[in-house]
Amino acid sequence: MDAMSLLALGESTLRLTIPLLCACLAGLWSERSGVIDIGLEGKLLIAAFAAASASYATGSAYWGLLAGIGASTLFALVHGFASISQRGNQIVSGVAINMLAAGLTAVIGNAWYGQGGRTPALEGEQRFLALFDVSDQSRLVQVLFGQSFLVYLALLLVPLTWFVLAKTRFGLRLRAVGEKPAAVDTAGISVTGLRYVAVILAGVFCGIGGAFIGTALSAGFLPGMTAGKGFIALAALIFAKWRAWPALGACALFGFLEALSIRLQGVDIPGLGEMPVQAIQALPYAMTVILLAGFVGRAIPPRAAGEPYVKER
Amino acid sequence: MAAPMKLPRWADVALVPAVSVVAAFLVAGIVVLFIGEDPLTVTRVLIYGSLGSGYALGFTLFYATNFIFTGLAVAVAFHAGLFNIGGEGQAMLGGVGLALALLFLPVPPFLAIPLGILAAAAFGAFWGVVPGYLQAYRGSHIVITTIMFNWLASILSVYLLVNVLRPPTSMNPETPLFPTASFVPAMHELGAAVGLELPRSQLNASLFLALIAAWLVWLLIFRSRLGYAIRTVGANPTAAVYAGISPRAVTVVAMAISGALAAGLAVNELMGYQHRLLLEFTSGYGFVGIAVALMGRGHPVGIILASLLFGMLYQGGAELAFEVPAITRDMIVVIGGVLILFAGALDGLFKRLVAAAFAGRAARPVAKEA
Repeated sequence: MDAMSLLALGESTLRLTIPLLCACLAGLWSERSGVIDIGLEGKLLIAAFAAASASYATGSAYWGLLAGIGASTLFALVHGFASISQRGNQIVSGVAINMLAAGLTAVIGNAWYGQGGRTPALEGEQRFLALFDVSDQSRLVQVLFGQSFLVYLALLLVPLTWFVLAKTRFGLRLRAVGEKPAAVDTAGISVTGLRYVAVILAGVFCGIGGAFIGTALSAGFLPGMTAGKGFIALAALIFAKWRAWPALGACALFGFLEALSIRLQGVDIPGLGEMPVQAIQALPYAMTVILLAGFVGRAIPPRAAGEPYVKER
Repeated sequence: MAAPMKLPRWADVALVPAVSVVAAFLVAGIVVLFIGEDPLTVTRVLIYGSLGSGYALGFTLFYATNFIFTGLAVAVAFHAGLFNIGGEGQAMLGGVGLALALLFLPVPPFLAIPLGILAAAAFGAFWGVVPGYLQAYRGSHIVITTIMFNWLASILSVYLLVNVLRPPTSMNPETPLFPTASFVPAMHELGAAVGLELPRSQLNASLFLALIAAWLVWLLIFRSRLGYAIRTVGANPTAAVYAGISPRAVTVVAMAISGALAAGLAVNELMGYQHRLLLEFTSGYGFVGIAVALMGRGHPVGIILASLLFGMLYQGGAELAFEVPAITRDMIVVIGGVLILFAGALDGLFKRLVAAAFAGRAARPVAKEA
């Protein structure tokens, strides 16, 4: 493989990492506060749809981003209401979010545009294109600096998440809520409030990721276009053991695997013959199962994750 | 809000689910209004399209068969306190199992149908047992493992269909037709055999298999020693240990039964209708099974009723797509999602609303918490 195709593989890895990263950090915030979120996939999907439609309607990708964040946050609030206020089953609520997003995007998309659920193709300002004009620079510079605004925004979320969670008072409290909410409550801090903040942040982050999928990675929305990215992000979150910098690593690894599987489609590898791409596609899922089972290392979730907090006792 | 909720049994069993169904349909009605169609027309097309003719009824029951299997699968795991969202993957593996058995094992024709059913159940059970074992003995969270197993099953089936099972002459990722002896007889053929003229539809004898499975699940859960162990583990694993029950063993067994039940979907779809293995035949039925189990309150009778409702929605939804082009069948996914939310995650809210109505006072504002 020559330098040019290595760079192309790198660029494709970078672009495929971004949606995973947004969803993974979203899950990180939510689960660190004690709210399990298997609705990442649904939030990405509804955000991708909202972003693509708003962008098409207004002609500006930035309005699309706002709409994506809004739609995803709305879904996050439904999840928060069910799991925090109503102390409902967080898994059931997450499954519902995923189904709702899959159904609503297809129904509304078809009703609005009549193209089997697609939005019309986005052009020009309706998409997030390169932030800096580096078309006359070298290929390496193009890969590093020729990306869209959302790529850099998503990458910035990593140090931001790390700093806030590890170094601020708010972060300490949020982590405590995910481990021992009763202690936080005793200190006079609202468990409900902190968990809602975390769930809303998860909505915002998924909104950014979804907008990236709908307006930057592709030129418009397709039904089911997130294709399991939310679940790969969940796998990456477990791989990263619910920490921000490792989350970047895990998402980059899974993004690389996806880029590789696209690139190896139908390619003959000398000595091996044609590699079944499914073997690479299965890796993130298989690795997560093995890690969770504790055969290699151990991934321990926040202690209070999944448990509604009951105050009176 | 921690006030004790005393509800008559019939209200708890029937009224609370009914209220959440009505609420879900109201939400669906709002979505219909939002895209500019008339909810009443839509309801009329749905009901007529699903029950209005023998033909429509046949399709409704065909889909209901799928939901009985996947609903029972989720319910058995629920009784053991396990959330099996791997029904899709288990059904997919069941399909792979029956395809391998029917295409490669030399069997006498009269054994083809039982063999196919057994192979499907065995493969489905296996795909359920592995996450069950990992939860029981290695501490992995069953929800995450079953999610991962759904994707693994889907990737595996693509690999098998594209690279292994597809006949070299065919471009489509599907197997050749199964031997004719393995076709589960269609209901109109059975009817013709006894002199009854039934309309042609996809409905086949798998419906009887589903009803038998429902009866067996009822026997198992509510009338057997193992069922008692399953319910005890689901209610309180610690107490189960003191009662001499091994929660680990029960977890594995419950997941085996759950996976085998989910594989019934493959029997109905593949041996009863498609007569070959193809990609994505599970098309979301496994997830709708969660809604069915929640609405049916984990009881086989409730699951059969909920399956009929979803069967109606699926068949009526197909008609709807013809009559009202602005609405696609995905509307059913929306309704399913809302139902899961209402009957599963917000059940406490609906219970309180009904309880408040019973207490003869206005519903109190929900959930104020510091």
